[in-house]
Amino acid sequence: MALSKAAMGAASRCQCDNLMKFYKKCYQNQNVCVTMYFGIKCRITCQGVKQMIEVKNLTKRYGKIKAVDDISFTVDTGEVLGFLGPNGAGKSTTMNIITGYISSSSGTVTVDGCEILAEPKKTKQKIGYLPEIPPLYVEMTVRKYLEFMFDIKRVKLPKKEHIDEVMHLVGLDNHGKRIIKNLSKGYRQRVGFAQALLGNPPVIILDEPTVGLDPKQIIEIRKLIKNLGRKHTVIFSSHVLSEISATCDRIIIIADGKIIADAKADELSSALSNERRLVVTAEGKASDIAAEIKKIPGVLKVKRNGASSDKATTFDVEYKPGADIRRDVFNAMARIGCPILEMKSGGESLEEMYLRLTENSKGGEE
Amino acid sequence: MGAIYKRELSGYFNSAIAYVVLAVFFFFSGFFFYNYCFMRDSNSLSYVFGNMFYIIMFIIPVLTMKTFSEEKRQKTDQALLTSPVSLTEIVLGKFLGAFTVFAMCCGIFLVYAVIISFFAQPQWSVVLCTLLGILLLGAAMIAINVFISSLTESMVVAAVVGMAAGLVIETVGYFVSLISVEWISTALSKLDFTTYYTNFTYGILSATDVVFYLSVTGLFLFFTVRVLERRRWS
Repeated sequence: MALSKAAMGAASRCQCDNLMKFYKKCYQNQNVCVTMYFGIKCRITCQGVKQMIEVKNLTKRYGKIKAVDDISFTVDTGEVLGFLGPNGAGKSTTMNIITGYISSSSGTVTVDGCEILAEPKKTKQKIGYLPEIPPLYVEMTVRKYLEFMFDIKRVKLPKKEHIDEVMHLVGLDNHGKRIIKNLSKGYRQRVGFAQALLGNPPVIILDEPTVGLDPKQIIEIRKLIKNLGRKHTVIFSSHVLSEISATCDRIIIIADGKIIADAKADELSSALSNERRLVVTAEGKASDIAAEIKKIPGVLKVKRNGASSDKATTFDVEYKPGADIRRDVFNAMARIGCPILEMKSGGESLEEMYLRLTENSKGGEE
Repeated sequence: MGAIYKRELSGYFNSAIAYVVLAVFFFFSGFFFYNYCFMRDSNSLSYVFGNMFYIIMFIIPVLTMKTFSEEKRQKTDQALLTSPVSLTEIVLGKFLGAFTVFAMCCGIFLVYAVIISFFAQPQWSVVLCTLLGILLLGAAMIAINVFISSLTESMVVAAVVGMAAGLVIETVGYFVSLISVEWISTALSKLDFTTYYTNFTYGILSATDVVFYLSVTGLFLFFTVRVLERRRWS
């Protein structure tokens, strides 16, 4: 819901504060976001459990090749969604379709209730997009460029203040007069970022925003994305897993144009790994140890791990989900007199899971 | 559209293109002006305008080569196409940007006319009529070359193809006399840019000529919009 300008026109700052308190109280149970513009204009958006982006049966064909193959998903308001997949999996294509840069062969995209094909202008106004290569006019200065983007995005906020604000947010203060051509890659990325944030769009889409940045910049950008998630709905893509799991609420894994996993970040790793591997390092004769561990009920597979020293050998022990074999292993090793040097749960890391999932999907196709 | 037009114009002047085009245009027009008006004591600019036709054919591809090809190559078209502006606005903004630079080039003719007025009475009606003609010719050529630029990612290709197209347009007149099949030669002669332009340089203002150039302009701008639209769907 939104208050009309006329109604708010007369409202003093003090009244506005009270109104904010009032609305926050009224909508206690729902996530209410109250935005204030310079004390007078007041916009109140009510964020219940609402879908901001809905993608339905999206397919994109290039000739016979399907770059995106029947993808459907939804993103809730305020959610940070990570798009994960190897290069060429269809991440960028999907993002390009959502932002209206290219069209889909079939399927629909709805952003905040507007369909991109039916109301392109209205929909595009709701999206800030940072493509893989930031769309910068390199011969312009940073400020001139942002002013241009401000104009073509038809932003209705006060120009100078808003651009200052956005530049401050991405750490571009004092860079307004620099010509983009002379900026380093990290700073160019920031300009691209600033451009996507102009006009405070409810949806922000970032295509591999951290590629080519140095570690410090990557951490800064991640922090920025996390902060954005409070006010905006964010989709961002990456092929770096740790990055996605560090910043996202939810992860969608894409490979060969298909969604192969869609879950909350923490669920994904725990659901798929499910405590079924143990890494044991013990001192003694390798074959004896392996034979002894194999006897333990619940053990499925014992594999020698590459990392072994002269005396000690490391084994990967795979066991039935749910069976806790740590005590049995301890007893068995004690029985044959091989001291355990190290024993740890080898819960599948996100990296391994990601590789396994993307490999599987490829295997299925061939 | 206003923002795109403004950026386009500043883009021309932030790079060397606008200056090169202006310089070449001024150089040749100045040369022709000196040659035809000063050396021969003439108060008529018709020859100057007539000869500039050939210069324009080569200069406009340079002016417009970057319009869409460079956007595509630098991926800046992603910013334009994902912002709430229509394709028509983008194309018109770019067209008008190039046209403004071209109009600046043509402004020099007014200076020549003023110079003549110190020595003799210039034929103002003819000068203004020809000026309109050259602007219309320029608009049509810009539209054609913007269209060519939208077809490729390389501005060199755009410029070369544009110049080739210019050569074909220049020489259509010669081909007409070579073709014996009457309906083809008649059709071709109707497409001859030079005949329409020559009318202007004589001071003849006819609706046919104006409509011809305006429709060529409109047609190719429309084609450009379609090319951009098609690229989105392919």
